[in-house]
Amino acid sequence: MSDSEQHDHAHSHAVPLHILMGVILALLVLTFLTVAATWIDLDEWNIWIALGIALVKAAFVGLYFMHLRWDNLYHGIVLVCALLFVVLFIGIALMDSVEYQPDVTRSPTRNVSP
Amino acid sequence: MSMYDAHSNNYLTHSKGLMSWLFSLDHKRIGVMYLIGILFSFFVGGIFAILVRTELLTAGDTIMDPDTYNQVFTLHGAVMVFMFIIPGIPAALGNFMLPVMLGAKDVAFPRLNLLSWWLYIIGSVLAVSSLAFGGLDTGWTFYTPYATAQVEGAETYHALGGVIPITLGAFILGFSSILTGVNFIATIHLLRPPGMRWFQIPLFLWGLYATAIIQILATPILGITLILLIADRALGLGVFDPAKGGDPILYQHFFWFYSHPAVYIMILPAMGVISETISTFSHKHIFGYKFIAFSSVAIALLGFFVWGHHMFVAGQSNVAGAIFSILTFMVAIPSAIKVFNWLATMYKGAIELKTPMLYALMFIWVFTIGGLTGLFLGALASDVMLHDTYFVVAHFHYVMVGGTVFAFLAGLHYWWPKMFGRMYSEKGGAWGCLIVFLGFNLTFFVQFVLGTQGMPRRYHDWGPEIMQNLGFGTEVETFGLYHQISSVGSYVQAIGFFIVAGVLLHSLFRGRKAPANPWGGTSLEWTCASPPPHENFAETPRGVDPYNHRAIRYDEQTDSYHREPDAP
Amino acid sequence: MSDAAHSDHPAHLAHHFETSEQQLASAKTGMWVFLATEILMFGGLFCAYAVYRRNNPEIFDIGHRYLDANMGAINTVVLLLSSFTMAWAVRAAQMNQRKLLITMLVLTLMGAFGFMGIKYVEYSHKIHLGIAPGSFYDPHVDEHDEAVKEEATPEAVTQAPSSKPQVPATTPLLPADQQSNIAPAHAAPLGMVAAETEPHDAHGKYGGGDHGHYATQAELDMAFTFFSIYYLMTGLHGLHVLIGIGVIFWLIRRAVRGDFSSEYFTPVDLGGLYWHLVDLVWIFLFPLLYLIH
Repeated sequence: MSDSEQHDHAHSHAVPLHILMGVILALLVLTFLTVAATWIDLDEWNIWIALGIALVKAAFVGLYFMHLRWDNLYHGIVLVCALLFVVLFIGIALMDSVEYQPDVTRSPTRNVSP
Repeated sequence: MSMYDAHSNNYLTHSKGLMSWLFSLDHKRIGVMYLIGILFSFFVGGIFAILVRTELLTAGDTIMDPDTYNQVFTLHGAVMVFMFIIPGIPAALGNFMLPVMLGAKDVAFPRLNLLSWWLYIIGSVLAVSSLAFGGLDTGWTFYTPYATAQVEGAETYHALGGVIPITLGAFILGFSSILTGVNFIATIHLLRPPGMRWFQIPLFLWGLYATAIIQILATPILGITLILLIADRALGLGVFDPAKGGDPILYQHFFWFYSHPAVYIMILPAMGVISETISTFSHKHIFGYKFIAFSSVAIALLGFFVWGHHMFVAGQSNVAGAIFSILTFMVAIPSAIKVFNWLATMYKGAIELKTPMLYALMFIWVFTIGGLTGLFLGALASDVMLHDTYFVVAHFHYVMVGGTVFAFLAGLHYWWPKMFGRMYSEKGGAWGCLIVFLGFNLTFFVQFVLGTQGMPRRYHDWGPEIMQNLGFGTEVETFGLYHQISSVGSYVQAIGFFIVAGVLLHSLFRGRKAPANPWGGTSLEWTCASPPPHENFAETPRGVDPYNHRAIRYDEQTDSYHREPDAP
Repeated sequence: MSDAAHSDHPAHLAHHFETSEQQLASAKTGMWVFLATEILMFGGLFCAYAVYRRNNPEIFDIGHRYLDANMGAINTVVLLLSSFTMAWAVRAAQMNQRKLLITMLVLTLMGAFGFMGIKYVEYSHKIHLGIAPGSFYDPHVDEHDEAVKEEATPEAVTQAPSSKPQVPATTPLLPADQQSNIAPAHAAPLGMVAAETEPHDAHGKYGGGDHGHYATQAELDMAFTFFSIYYLMTGLHGLHVLIGIGVIFWLIRRAVRGDFSSEYFTPVDLGGLYWHLVDLVWIFLFPLLYLIH
């Protein structure tokens, strides 16, 4: 009860139907865009575009379907923290694995045939 | 204080029968059941520890062959880490005390709490059942490719049959830990009584909150790691298996992304316990409340940035090694902040050397040694020399046993009267404490010396011939002496733990009835009866300064301290 | 809280909460924290994905050609629509529209079954090609598979088992002292150094012949790691869909029983959050697995 944000919870917000409709429409369009983006070859940019669109879709789902836009700010923080820690984990593990790849392929036993 | 004589209806007597315990939704009963499970695990892990030390009493095979030895130290590690230390303080003491200290009736999700206990039991049974499936000798870290290697056609003996049951068990234990974390976060956020602000919750709860953050953010990675390992063994997916294009170093990244923060799951609640006991037995307001509170959270978050220091010599890249080394030193800062605040709390306090305080003082001493020796291991250059020697073994035992176990015992003695409504023998408690302390230092201090001289960990034998064959010089002559001192120390420690157990068990049957507030504690748990009634408080208390010792008065008639009704 | 508050506790309100608001807020906080653990758990798989893809891009390029992007896209749409009906179901519960709530839940359930149905078709097609997880990985070129452009001969199919390079049973165990953390390459023709060793390997094994054709077979052999990751990611996600199906069933039963109202819709709300998370994960899985460029 010390958290003031609780008060506007329970009978909270039923999300207006036109918003739900708009969001699903946007999601379907974005899905089409994801597929369409692979028709053009942009080298390494393709994956970043795909991830960018996925992030926008995720934001739509989170904000509207999962009510984050009207919800307790803490829940949004939890979600963002989780994503940040995933990025931290992937970032460092990926960085390290790229760095030690030369050691793997330059391994002395490499030329031993099976 | 009207409930002081409400003994007739406390949580212990509220309902009867085994089922009323096994399926209880009362956080206090679940806490007690956790306590029993955890102490039993400690006992099992302790037996393995004694076996390890006994094997090392003489050169060559003392009581077991090398293969058995490998299985025994593996199980010692796995049982102690997954079944005792990680759930130890949060699940047993935390479960019992958190709602009471908060002035709440229960944790937010009592059914999840019960589920978490059941998962703990199922996971533990599965983990120990690995013995029946042929055991395992991978060490508690289950490193690949060793853990995924095939047994058929092996030239040397590998005990790997137990890998799947024990990792499955650890996975389930992780789930149990997550449920505890979810419960604690929701409880601290939403079940605080009216008027209790964030900076009015006792520091133990800050410790538990920080712990819960780690449980939430790190444990799932352990889960997925173990799933991958199981999939690797059962289906041959080969994600970590170099024979199939997998990357074994990636396994270590996965494993330590959980297991390093898990070190802080072990120590943060311990630090919370120490904050409570130091303030209570110095009869003085805690020094630097906000610093201690924030340093808990800082440790929890910083703890996620240092996992690579377990991998300095594992094939990790130099870049990552350098980054992790620098970050590792940063964790020392919030830890030191806590130590200095505890010292400042004791300064000019009216220190009372009751048993919990003795443990707390030992904690500070031992934890400081454990923390400072960690710096040698966090430094890239010296770690290359010390890695996988007894120095590492001594370091983490100073932090885990000297830190967590001592704090666990401090908390257990501190809250014992509240939990069971009985006082234990102060003299017995103090003797137990001193003998454990003596035995502990005897066991592990010499291991620092052994480690700096190069004795590798996980060896079943230290005979001079064997050591010299490995390239050691004349220093091996002293290895035996150190090992024998260490083994004798472990026996002293075991005697100490039996004394502690005896004293506490004795109090359950013969101890005098505990008053509501025997120590002069200032937080809310001391305002309800000992043991607490089923719903903790008849009236929801309001939030107060949890360390206001000026509001506490001793009352000779009840041999108890009382809080003045309107004190802030 | 007073005793009075106690006596008019509604049936759904647990004893340790004072108000329905507090209970709902706690439940939601708990659920969000739990969802965070789910995100991190999948995060681990995404990490494995990222590391292997970054270091072996060619394997992922080969592997993804055996996934049907159309199926993936259809599944994405199915899951998005079921997420939408779930959001609508929550709205219906909040507004006391019981019939609409049941309808929406049933539609969501149909979406979930649809998703699993398509997944089943995909899996069985792959397993038919021998692209099964782990030890069962035994790919053979199928002449009807459009993803493989090269023409296959029946002999290639019969030869296929011998081309299976590394199944565990045939992998000799290294002596413990040789098991360094760095992969010894003679035990690791796949993955890390696969690109260089494999064509030569295939050549030796099959004793010449049509290079283009055997290269395809060899390529498919190399894609082992990709399919390990593929099965892990889609498998864990599929498991979550199955759990979701169970949850939605349970919600429908309770909705039919009339448990929910604008006063108490917590389970619908939480079930919805879970279902949206399953959707969220798929939103990332789809482009990462099916649309590799």
